[in-house]
Amino acid sequence: MHADPKGVLTGVHFLDGDHACCEGTLAAGARFAAGYPITPSTEVVERFASRIPTVGGIFIQMEDELAASIAIQGAVWGGAKAFTVTSGPGFSLMMEHIGYAAITETPCVFVNVQRGGPSTGLPTLPAQADMMQARWGSHGDYGIIALCPNSPQECFDLTITGFNLAEEFRVPVMMMLDECVGHMTEKVIIPPADQIEVSPRRYTHKPPAEYHPFEPGEDLVPEMVKAGDGYRFHVTGLTHDERGYPSMDVATQDRLVRRLLDKLKPFSNGRAICDTADLEDAEVAVVSYGITSRVAQRAIELARTRGIRAGKFRLISAWPFPEQHIAALAGRVKAFVVPELNLGQMVHEVERAAAGRAKVIPVSHAGGTVHDPEVILKAIVEAAK
Amino acid sequence: MLTEIRVAGFGGQGVILAAIVVGKAKAIFEGAYATMTQSFGPEARGGSSSAQCILSDDPILYPYITRPDVLVVMSQEAYTRFSPDLKHGGILIVEQDLVHLGNVPAGARVYGVPATRLAEELGRKVVLNIVMVGFLGAVTGLVAADALRNAVKDSVPPALEKLNLQAFDKGFEYGSHLMQKLVEEGQAEPVLSFESES
Repeated sequence: MHADPKGVLTGVHFLDGDHACCEGTLAAGARFAAGYPITPSTEVVERFASRIPTVGGIFIQMEDELAASIAIQGAVWGGAKAFTVTSGPGFSLMMEHIGYAAITETPCVFVNVQRGGPSTGLPTLPAQADMMQARWGSHGDYGIIALCPNSPQECFDLTITGFNLAEEFRVPVMMMLDECVGHMTEKVIIPPADQIEVSPRRYTHKPPAEYHPFEPGEDLVPEMVKAGDGYRFHVTGLTHDERGYPSMDVATQDRLVRRLLDKLKPFSNGRAICDTADLEDAEVAVVSYGITSRVAQRAIELARTRGIRAGKFRLISAWPFPEQHIAALAGRVKAFVVPELNLGQMVHEVERAAAGRAKVIPVSHAGGTVHDPEVILKAIVEAAK
Repeated sequence: MLTEIRVAGFGGQGVILAAIVVGKAKAIFEGAYATMTQSFGPEARGGSSSAQCILSDDPILYPYITRPDVLVVMSQEAYTRFSPDLKHGGILIVEQDLVHLGNVPAGARVYGVPATRLAEELGRKVVLNIVMVGFLGAVTGLVAADALRNAVKDSVPPALEKLNLQAFDKGFEYGSHLMQKLVEEGQAEPVLSFESES
């Protein structure tokens, strides 16, 4: 299905990552957003609020992040594509409803423009320290998808991808921007609507009498209905059976929770979105994501000029973690170098996947700016020894 | 070639828009690359304002400037704060009525323009930022005048397009005359070199 031209601002623009992300939501078909604006993510909803009256849709500035993160889920069950936008402190408040989206399999998008933390931290400066929170922040077992753009162009492109994946897998998708990418202005090309693929909601074709709202299809994803279309359905955060009714049964719990994780398996490996280069002959693989991947690229180039065979492994989809790819590389490279704007988060996943078959060297940074490429280079040089 | 530019002044002078116009001209109307970032404090408005713009023929990896090749200052505070970072041999562009030059960085090539006065001649002081952009275009030659004009047009509301283009032309002409004069006096090279000396 192609994008609705009404939401597509076709042309060549000079936009920051936040604005480009907003255009991505509109192109993807989002017609409802709720938010409690917070630096450095404010520009996303600010633009949405000014654009949406002409496109046709709703923005509500809610009383807080809890309200925003559940309002969007009401809108989704009412038939809209919807998202909310926040940064660290607000993301913390949204955790409860991320779990709700996971168990109710509500396709929606959470944009987190990461800033330095913990708590109020560094409101106007970048960090990548919410990566584990994005995956594990809500209680219980569940899976999500997280995407990490490294430019305004990708903020546009990947936001559309994020909405599409939310619909395909019926999961909350986290757009993990960082302040640097969000506030960085570059050229953004928005193609014509007929060149933008958007995934429609997976509505059932079954007659009401045969429909069970949480009966999974072959790919473990159940089909949806829209409220008001004549189907009986029940949505609850309690463990529920295929009919959607609460069940305290151990077998039901096992079936539901395992499926919430299992349905993402195809995405964690074969379909994981990675950007790789120079890995064929690499002795050191630099694993990075978001803004850090650009700085890491500079370090890789510097290493290559010094004769060190360094290669790039960029996590575009950080969650589910592409562990098979890293495991395969671990058999070939001497070491992984993992720079990130936190004191060690995704590096633990790399260690887990490498399982001792290659050294794993973190290049941590508490946030507030990006790495000095020389620091990453130094780690690459050490790793190659 | 990669050129780092910093534009700095008071909040409200249009510092960010000036950097957007330069970046947009390079990235969109010349088809090269530009990355613009802004320095944010927690304050909403007032105080100092600064924008960084990197222009390049190749994709830009590192997003921030390190030592600017070109520094454009529109306030005394911005001059004091940022002039020590100017690259040796770099270009310093100042709003000459707002900035008193003391301790000019060694090797700097300094060009002054009374941008506020030129803007006032058009009846609107607010377009001083676009006068500065025109002047920058003329003295640096970093971005073609046409590309800059197109970027100005693309960045302002239609009702203010004419005024802003006049402001651009005024700054550009002032800069062209200055450069011509300096070349005739043997004080400047017709074509400036921006090769990094870092």
